[in-house]
Amino acid sequence: MNITDSLTTVRAGFIPLVDCAVLVAAREKGFAAALGLDLQLFKEVSWANIRDRINVGQFDVAHMLAGMPIAQSLGVGHVKVPTIAPMALGVGGNAITVSHALYKQLSDTGLDLSTPLNAAQALRQVVDKRRGDNIEPLSFGQVFPFSCHNYQLRYWMAAAGIDPERDVRLVVIPPPYMVKSLDAGQVDGFCVGEPWNTQAAEQGVGVILTRTAAFWPFGPEKVLGLQQSWAEQHPGTLKALLQALDQAARWADDPARHIELAALLARPEYLDVAESVVLSALKGDLSFRANGAMRADDEHALWLYAQMVRWGQTPLSRDAEQAVRQTYRPDLLKDALGDVPHNELGKDAQPFDGVPFSAGDVPGYIAALTIKV
Amino acid sequence: MTGDLKILVIDEDPVRAAILKEGLSDGGHLCVEWIADTSNLYARISALDPDVVLIDLENPNRDVLEQMFQVSREVKRPIAMFVDQSDSAMITASVDAGVSAYIVDGLRKERIKSILDMTISRFNAFSRLQRELDDTKSQLEDRKIIDRAKGILMRQKGIGEDEAYALLRRNAMNQKKKISEIAASVVTAADLLS
Repeated sequence: MNITDSLTTVRAGFIPLVDCAVLVAAREKGFAAALGLDLQLFKEVSWANIRDRINVGQFDVAHMLAGMPIAQSLGVGHVKVPTIAPMALGVGGNAITVSHALYKQLSDTGLDLSTPLNAAQALRQVVDKRRGDNIEPLSFGQVFPFSCHNYQLRYWMAAAGIDPERDVRLVVIPPPYMVKSLDAGQVDGFCVGEPWNTQAAEQGVGVILTRTAAFWPFGPEKVLGLQQSWAEQHPGTLKALLQALDQAARWADDPARHIELAALLARPEYLDVAESVVLSALKGDLSFRANGAMRADDEHALWLYAQMVRWGQTPLSRDAEQAVRQTYRPDLLKDALGDVPHNELGKDAQPFDGVPFSAGDVPGYIAALTIKV
Repeated sequence: MTGDLKILVIDEDPVRAAILKEGLSDGGHLCVEWIADTSNLYARISALDPDVVLIDLENPNRDVLEQMFQVSREVKRPIAMFVDQSDSAMITASVDAGVSAYIVDGLRKERIKSILDMTISRFNAFSRLQRELDDTKSQLEDRKIIDRAKGILMRQKGIGEDEAYALLRRNAMNQKKKISEIAASVVTAADLLS
């Protein structure tokens, strides 16, 4: 008998980014098969496709932007489909990269660009000057309305008094086109995940201005997203999957494995980029399991929900808050793995913009913000 | 009267776009624009101001549309894809067919249903054609390689064409492989040994 005949099939969609690593390692290093799963991976070209294929049941689970299960569960901009995230697939790995031309203007302000707040303040001076000179606003690329990249860019800008709705233009660009768009001058900067920042820097197209982890509370970047109903109908399969992904995350986090992981991810069926680029990206601040990186908790979900409210994507409501609390499901992770340490990264840091966030008081947080929709 | 709806088709495949355009015009929709290359999509969509946008799922720029239709200041009128729960059958059919639709908010459902039905059926027809074409191509390839293998066997073993074919077929059956696979290994072996 063929060995795959006895395995339970799980269909997973992913976008070619370095943080699909845990799914790829679970399949390619045999962690999934060892737990009785035939984990089939499907490369997708858009987050919208990931969402739709999860919704119609073509995928059982998917690599999702942290905000997607929340938007799905609330029905923001699309049909409402209760979607959950039992674990995070990665933390960190995002950066803001700007063109050489913009970097020069930022440097010319005389501010030390090595801290993210200074860099944002330099940007504000450039933005103000352009407005004074009647030059059209700067454009920044990000990847999806419910991406951390979108919220990170806005959060970073707003901390320096830039209103991202009014003072700049934010556009969505698919990650593989990001570097090309910066090179062609269609955008002046972007916020994207790896390997695209590293690639822009290595190709001499842009300068990495700041890693977003330097200013953003360290919540999940990508999560394992699935329909709540799928989890209810396949509890055993989900448990095995979470166990396989845990082992894969442990493997992928180990620096000793990075050369092998980079070679895997670089393959045409995954990222289809040079191994060296993936390897440089893995040396950055991306983590899969260490320091509780796998935890996706209520407070992370509520923080993202607060950003959605802040930028006018969805109204503030008690009911919505309740729905958001059902979205990230550390209880399912606990069922599969026992106690998983909390994600303590960035916990004690002062809020970058001076506005503290409490998961128990989203309305208070929104009220305290000055720049919002 | 349906001809006044402005429909934008975003598809990098000119053949599929033509098939779709033809279907739409047969249905009385004459106001159909087609964009193949998606550079500068924001400006072009704003200028066209469509009522319905149809985009194939292989196009990464779908996410660009998602953002555009979220942020109403970028386009004159908000557009959404099926925000109604009752549309799930249509969503399934369109995802299966490999196409997605974005529709101006407030447009009556019965006005767009025929457009979506048409789009889905044309996309499905195109996939069928594509599959048939691929099959034909691979059959042609198979035939070419089998002919070469037969020639090699005939020369080397001094046998006739029928006998050479029978030999290939017997080997394929014994090894539970396709004749073309056996033929390919004969050709490879002959290339290596020549």
